[in-house]
Amino acid sequence: MADASASATAAGKSPPRRRRGGSGSLARVTRFTVVRLLALFLTVVVGVYLTILIANMGGYVDDLRRSTIRENVSLAVGMDPELRRLPQDERIKYMEDLIAIQEERLGLNQPFLLRSFAYLGSALTLDLGRSEFLTSDSGSREVRLIILERLGPTLLLFATGQLLLFFIALLGGLVLSRRYGGWMDRLVIALAPTSAAPSWFYGIFLILIFSALLGVMPFGGMVASPPPPDPVDYALSLLKHLVLPVTAIVISAVFLSIYSYRTFFLIFASEDYVEMAKAKGLTSQAIERRYVLRPTLPNIVTQFAFLIITLWSGAIITETVFNWPGLGRTLFGAITVTDVPIIVATTVIYAYLLAVTVFLLDFVYAIVDPRVKLDVGGAL
Amino acid sequence: MNALRRMLGTLLQFPSAIAGLAIVLAMVFFALFAVIAIPYDEAVRLWRGGEDVWGDNPRTVPPAWVNWWPGTNLPTTTRIDSALEPELKTRETLDADLEEVVIDFVVDYGFDGFPQEVTLFFTATYTESRPNVTMTWITPDGREIRLGNLTLRPSEAFRVSQETRLERRLNGLPPEIGLFADPDDPSRPLKGTYGLRVEGLLFEEEADLEARLVVYGQVHGWAGTDHRRRDLGVALMWGAPIALAFGLLAAVGTIITTMFIAAMGVWFGGWIDATIQRITEVNIILPFLPILIMVGTFYSRSIWVLLVVVVLLGIFSAGIKTYRAIFLQIKQAPYIEAARAYGAGNMRIITRYMIPRIIPVLVPAFVSAVPTYVFLEASLAVLGLGDPVLPTWGKVINDAQANGALFRGHYFWVLQPAALLLVTGFGFALVGFALDRVFNPRLRDV
Repeated sequence: MADASASATAAGKSPPRRRRGGSGSLARVTRFTVVRLLALFLTVVVGVYLTILIANMGGYVDDLRRSTIRENVSLAVGMDPELRRLPQDERIKYMEDLIAIQEERLGLNQPFLLRSFAYLGSALTLDLGRSEFLTSDSGSREVRLIILERLGPTLLLFATGQLLLFFIALLGGLVLSRRYGGWMDRLVIALAPTSAAPSWFYGIFLILIFSALLGVMPFGGMVASPPPPDPVDYALSLLKHLVLPVTAIVISAVFLSIYSYRTFFLIFASEDYVEMAKAKGLTSQAIERRYVLRPTLPNIVTQFAFLIITLWSGAIITETVFNWPGLGRTLFGAITVTDVPIIVATTVIYAYLLAVTVFLLDFVYAIVDPRVKLDVGGAL
Repeated sequence: MNALRRMLGTLLQFPSAIAGLAIVLAMVFFALFAVIAIPYDEAVRLWRGGEDVWGDNPRTVPPAWVNWWPGTNLPTTTRIDSALEPELKTRETLDADLEEVVIDFVVDYGFDGFPQEVTLFFTATYTESRPNVTMTWITPDGREIRLGNLTLRPSEAFRVSQETRLERRLNGLPPEIGLFADPDDPSRPLKGTYGLRVEGLLFEEEADLEARLVVYGQVHGWAGTDHRRRDLGVALMWGAPIALAFGLLAAVGTIITTMFIAAMGVWFGGWIDATIQRITEVNIILPFLPILIMVGTFYSRSIWVLLVVVVLLGIFSAGIKTYRAIFLQIKQAPYIEAARAYGAGNMRIITRYMIPRIIPVLVPAFVSAVPTYVFLEASLAVLGLGDPVLPTWGKVINDAQANGALFRGHYFWVLQPAALLLVTGFGFALVGFALDRVFNPRLRDV
């Protein structure tokens, strides 16, 4: 249990509250589930509301919108030759009416506090609404469509990069833990501090070497411009554009990840029961599978789950450096033009994903770690 | 104190730790040197300066040490000012109210490349009648090329490289090439001593003129220049104190407050603990980088404001959960009970009994957090959210990116700040790793 809760806490959640013994396991599980779900939902609500407040600058964005409407309307009225003939006060009244209609259309006639709760409600029900400035490539302003359009590239890049990283690190850690102290082990330890730099940083170096100096790789973007019409060529071009960013993502973290997995496996491999298994004469493969990998499974699952969530928003800077048309860059673009609906939409989806993952992980622990299951049963 | 010395002794057994410490110390000295050599206000003034400050520097050129490369002999900037060297100037009265001033510039040119630009800056003093100057270029082989003539205002720049008529006279070669080209092989410069004669006519007794010849080179200083002719050395030097200050302050601010809050929560328990836990969970859901970007775009791009936000968002981070787990164990220890028995107050127990126990976990975490924040500052700058007045390494990279430095082959522009960032980050990370192994014996064994 200690390991499972340590991994849970390390991953940043409150430790499961099932340590205390009790009877009526089903009732306990249900109660636990309901309490946990409620707590997580409340967390999401507060988190999203805070984001709404920040993204609206506490209502200041509304003032910006109001002045934009006023400017546009007075410009439109001033340019209209028909209206120019009207007397002054009538023209002003007409203008004020137009402004009032526009403000009502956007709901700006209500106080911000009220509107912020309306925003919260629609955000939580995933009614993402329409963006203010940004459009999807097909010209739509539906936030849902914009996000869906950008999700593909982000998933392609980061799923490839992160999954590659995850499996390389896992396998590398396993291999190194088997023969620690060797030259490969020492090399990885020596290189581990390179992970202090983020992936965009290595991206710049990769672009410098492979695009600028050698000229064999593109500087950025997702496909060649104009995109090749033939699907096979298109895929090849995509692949070529994928190489550098994926390499940057892997390089920036791979040595530290291998190092931490290796250390992790070594700590577990020095447990007494592993010595016991060795003494019994089990093959090293069997020992690895049953006595080393098995107890580390909750931790690996946690890491994997959080890796999947981080895929969601991509990486703003890596996408910017590589000019990758993904979600991260869209979010950055949305922030620079204060496109609040897109900012809120990405946050709320991230919050939900995080909450669901945290919730599911508690059950996954129970499945992969028999000691946790024992606790839920209340036999301790 | 003894424990600390023992720890340092163990630490010095790791070669990587020695290397890391050396890098960190070197960086600290570099930063101190930068702050002493260029005071804060001076750094801001230089970095925000325009043509008035940097007008004599070439545009986007690599550092001068590229000439150390065998076979490379790129021109450096030659700058001759008649106000500083009065012996260049002769003055002769021709008539009443008519004086001739002759300034003879001598340029020794022994480089393999052509200059980037050639410009003459004039300052003239007169009351009504503007002085008139004629400029003639004399090549080492004795040819005389008329550059043009000019009626001066109090301050005037004659940009030889932009004279289209001169370009036509030089058979279509840009003037900075045509003036220096070997007549037999125009792709190479003619080495030797060039002369530039400025003959000025003054129409008043009180009138005078001074001229400054700048033959812009293709290399400059120890760090090169950027697209606004600024010496990158200023930014590279001042980037060090800023990066260190940001990294250290952010790491201190987040880690120490996080630890303190975790200790308080564990010790007092009850609703305080519960509140801290809930705040942490909400904070984990908040998107860190997007909020920083929002603060940067909406409120203030000042590096110190961003530092405060980084610390605020970092306090209730996932780290609180790790510390809490350790404190929960410490709280049960008998010595805490003993302290309670002799009547120690809450704050005394927290600060004297609980927190010292967590130092072994804290120190490596602290050192490892520094590079994260150093790179965070650079990341924000790369997104264009760098401090508006201060030069930082990230801002240099951002300028380079915005001006297509990699695409155009200005590698020095990106490589120098990137190398400094990498060295700094690597130094702290090396020390952090070694500390981790010293303080966590479980890791040292394996």
